Amino acid sequence: MGVMRTRKHAATGLAAAAGVILASGLAWAADQYGPGVTDSEIKLGNTMPYSGPASGLGTLGKAEAAFFAMINDQGGVNGRKINFITRDDGYSPPKTLEITRHLVEEEQVLLMFSALGTATNTAVQDYLNDSKVPQLFIATGAAKWDDPKHHPWTIAFTPNYHIESRIYGRYIGKSLPNAKIAVLYQNDDFGKDYLVGLREGLGDKAEKMIVATKSYETTDPTVDSQIVTLQGSGADVLLTAAVPKFAAQAIRKVYDIGWKPTHFLSYPSSSIGGVMKPAGLEKSVGIISATPFKDGTDPQWQDTAEFKDWAGWMQKYNSAANFGDPFYVDGYIRGQLMLTLIKTAGNDLTRENMMKLATSMRDVKLPMLLPGITASTGPDDYQPLKQMQLQRFDGNTWKLFGEVISGSGS
Amino acid sequence: MEKPVAPAAREVAGDSYAGLNAGVWRLIGVLALIALAAALPFALSKYQVFELTMVMIYAIAVLGLNILTGYNGQISLGHGGFFAAGAYTAAILMHRYGVPYWATLPPAALICFVLGVLFGLPALRFEGPYLALVTLAMALAMPQLLKYFDTWTGGQQGINLVKPLPPPGLGLDHDRWLYFVVFVVLLLAIRVAANLLNGRTGRAFVAIRDHPIAATAMGIDTARYKTIAFGTSTLFTGVAGALSAIVIGFVAPESFSLFLSISFLVGSAVGGIATISGAIVGGFFIQFVPNLANDISDAAPWAIYGLAMLLFMYAMPRGVVGSLGPWLARWKRQA
Amino acid sequence: MHQLLQQIFSGLAAGAIYASVALALVMIYRATDLVNFAQGEMAMFSTYIAWTLVNAGVPFWGAYLITLTVSFLGGMMIERVLIRPVENAPVLAAVVVTIGLLLIFNATAGWIYTYTVQDFPSPFPDRPIFGALMTTRDLGVIVVTLAMLVLLFAFFRFTPIGLAMRAAAQNPQSAQLCGIHVGRMLALGWGLAAAIGATAGIMVAPVLFLDPNMMGGVLVYAFAGALLGGITSPVGAVVGGLMVGVTENLVGTYLIASQLKLTVAFALIILVLVFKPNGLFGTAIVRRV
Repeated sequence: MGVMRTRKHAATGLAAAAGVILASGLAWAADQYGPGVTDSEIKLGNTMPYSGPASGLGTLGKAEAAFFAMINDQGGVNGRKINFITRDDGYSPPKTLEITRHLVEEEQVLLMFSALGTATNTAVQDYLNDSKVPQLFIATGAAKWDDPKHHPWTIAFTPNYHIESRIYGRYIGKSLPNAKIAVLYQNDDFGKDYLVGLREGLGDKAEKMIVATKSYETTDPTVDSQIVTLQGSGADVLLTAAVPKFAAQAIRKVYDIGWKPTHFLSYPSSSIGGVMKPAGLEKSVGIISATPFKDGTDPQWQDTAEFKDWAGWMQKYNSAANFGDPFYVDGYIRGQLMLTLIKTAGNDLTRENMMKLATSMRDVKLPMLLPGITASTGPDDYQPLKQMQLQRFDGNTWKLFGEVISGSGS
Repeated sequence: MEKPVAPAAREVAGDSYAGLNAGVWRLIGVLALIALAAALPFALSKYQVFELTMVMIYAIAVLGLNILTGYNGQISLGHGGFFAAGAYTAAILMHRYGVPYWATLPPAALICFVLGVLFGLPALRFEGPYLALVTLAMALAMPQLLKYFDTWTGGQQGINLVKPLPPPGLGLDHDRWLYFVVFVVLLLAIRVAANLLNGRTGRAFVAIRDHPIAATAMGIDTARYKTIAFGTSTLFTGVAGALSAIVIGFVAPESFSLFLSISFLVGSAVGGIATISGAIVGGFFIQFVPNLANDISDAAPWAIYGLAMLLFMYAMPRGVVGSLGPWLARWKRQA
Repeated sequence: MHQLLQQIFSGLAAGAIYASVALALVMIYRATDLVNFAQGEMAMFSTYIAWTLVNAGVPFWGAYLITLTVSFLGGMMIERVLIRPVENAPVLAAVVVTIGLLLIFNATAGWIYTYTVQDFPSPFPDRPIFGALMTTRDLGVIVVTLAMLVLLFAFFRFTPIGLAMRAAAQNPQSAQLCGIHVGRMLALGWGLAAAIGATAGIMVAPVLFLDPNMMGGVLVYAFAGALLGGITSPVGAVVGGLMVGVTENLVGTYLIASQLKLTVAFALIILVLVFKPNGLFGTAIVRRV
């Protein structure tokens, strides 16, 4: 994860000149190199919150860095090493803009890959689109990124929160038609998106079925008070749209006050080691979530070759990490997707070509995705993953049930 | 009996060096600095110009804090909130009402002045850590209020702004044009601050800071001046906030966390809290030291930033300008 | 009615957490006239030390005692080495130093232990009492906090060292003339505060879950609670902390716009302070000309 920073203007100029010569020399050989690409290296840029209240999410960046480290150890792609430059923006949009500009203008990265955050990515969206730099596979579940008309250079990846909560809404509407639903949500776009999607999934029954909603701030020490209030509403279904720490608190409090709702949990907090275990495994039994990824602790995958690959990577490059942490599956899959695109691009490594490849994926299979789930994009469809499968926690591990459900809005 | 000897000519004010007196030398120095700062954007890359523009914005914000905390002795942990107020004023005016960017500065200044005075009134009751708490409330309440009144503020999503166009014919791109806009505002801010602080109001501020009882006894209306100090201070910081909205082109509640308020305070202290030029040092510190810290340590950059704060305070407890100033004066006297 | 009671009890449980950190803040303020912004992070770091010991197999109470000692010595050392240089400097310099410490502790903890949430064992069993209004663990936090309060109060009031510390803080020159080693008193104050903080952190981690940002929100409320009660009064710290906890919970439950909970809670606290500018139990600062 080295970060090079040439401060002297002259040195930058020299390096740029050398790069131009190299590139032009190779252009003569009919290869196309965009910025950040040489015969031996491809530079990718990334911003993550490695500090501050959102720092738990920075694990995704660590997973991706570890993935590219593995690729580089294996010799890189087509003879090129991947220089994954990731920097901490502390989830502060002005900082994200500054770092992204530095990565694009000074480090000359080929593209921005998997930057995390809604507000943070919004801050740089216009800049990247105006500068025609691919803003690939941003790590946020907000629903607004599927917008090829206005932002053709921006594309997300994981099913956004609307998709996920729509799936919950549809399931509740079908299987628990008389339910009274309470919602605990983080008071920001992440939490509110779940409310919106839930309402969409329930359709016109939404007003009747949702009886109470309560929000919390990340500065709140606990969510105990909110859970108590929600119980008082008489609800028998609870949706918790929270980050891991508060999800764990919610699970525990629900159990402690003797409330037994059908408890739906937002996918970002479905890590067994990071949420279920602190909350108490026995207190988490019966919780329902959804996922597009294989779970690292699910025994049914243990014998497959793809899983063994992933497990081997975990052991060698992430020895301190938890197998049940979804970030390490998410990051691995994203890395593989990036790898696939780079391989397919061959020597046509320009920003335009990378964007074209990213927006014309046809049923791309990635080993750690659940069977039946593939990534697809098109000129009008900038949402690569649209499907998830429901899973229930049995006290030990997540058990998938039902079928792969699509959550696209229709 | 010896006749009394006239004092040595050296001691008289109006020292002469190479034919020009000290005042003229100072003016030449300042003009040279201004010329250098104006020429700089043409020698640097767009990104570096952008960084320097942010430095100047932070300098204006820190200058506001210096007026309140340095010259008037009222601590504030809430200036990030006033920065946000200025930023959102500008953003809402531009986004909802189509106000051109340069016309948002006066309303931002006015609104933040009024906010500061409103805040300063109850703040009169408090001192020390209690005042810190009251101002802290401002910093914490701001993001909540911004998220709540989302029809105006865009809530969590924030407000995306169109980049201001440089006037045609000057041959300047966005970054360089905005650099000059902010530069002019900074010069203006320094001039206004200097006039204020070197004049009667400034002396009243300092008197209230150092000897509040004596000041009251001498007939200084403490309440009035403390409130003016608050309003003026937030005016400066609010204008800085408006500029930041224009330069970054995006505002969201996340941009204005408690950490921003704390950064301003740290920048103030490092530069020299009761100085004007210290604000510029503070701006440099806030903008560049976190990046440098990231270069030094990938693993724990904020630890390096914290360490830098400690080292600066040990070496120069009155801030860079605050500590170097007297030292320079002493050296000059010995010459 | 049941809701109200439940929220009040929840508030008391949360308030006890704020109260325990507020006690540490008051300790340092009384000893050194300084608000230690790094108090929360120091407590968090101590808790991680305890966690490491417990994970290595040390029984809970042994880990607690070791952590307590290490924190005490650590606090003293921090005062001697890191705060001493800015003792005679303007107050703002010392404030910035504590802010720097805050960042250093937070970043170091994040680097060593990562930001993944960990669970922490509690010495108290986790059974509901008072008809599920509270658990025995919440009660345990309250009891320990009150115990620390009593100890602190007795220390300041009835022991010679406590008296010496108060003298050293109030009037260092006179105290020195009386033969009190002022420097040692300052260091002792920090050491005790660190120990109190460590206790608070260890009690609180089972409830809040251990991660490097555990104390971030708590510090703000603890600060408010300490000031509400009077920054010089340990009793005030506990009362203030409990009041802040209950207020925050009730506002969050009954206010229509519960997203403005923090704003309203702080507004209420400030309102109280307007009438009592030195806090409920604080002593007024009298300035003589």
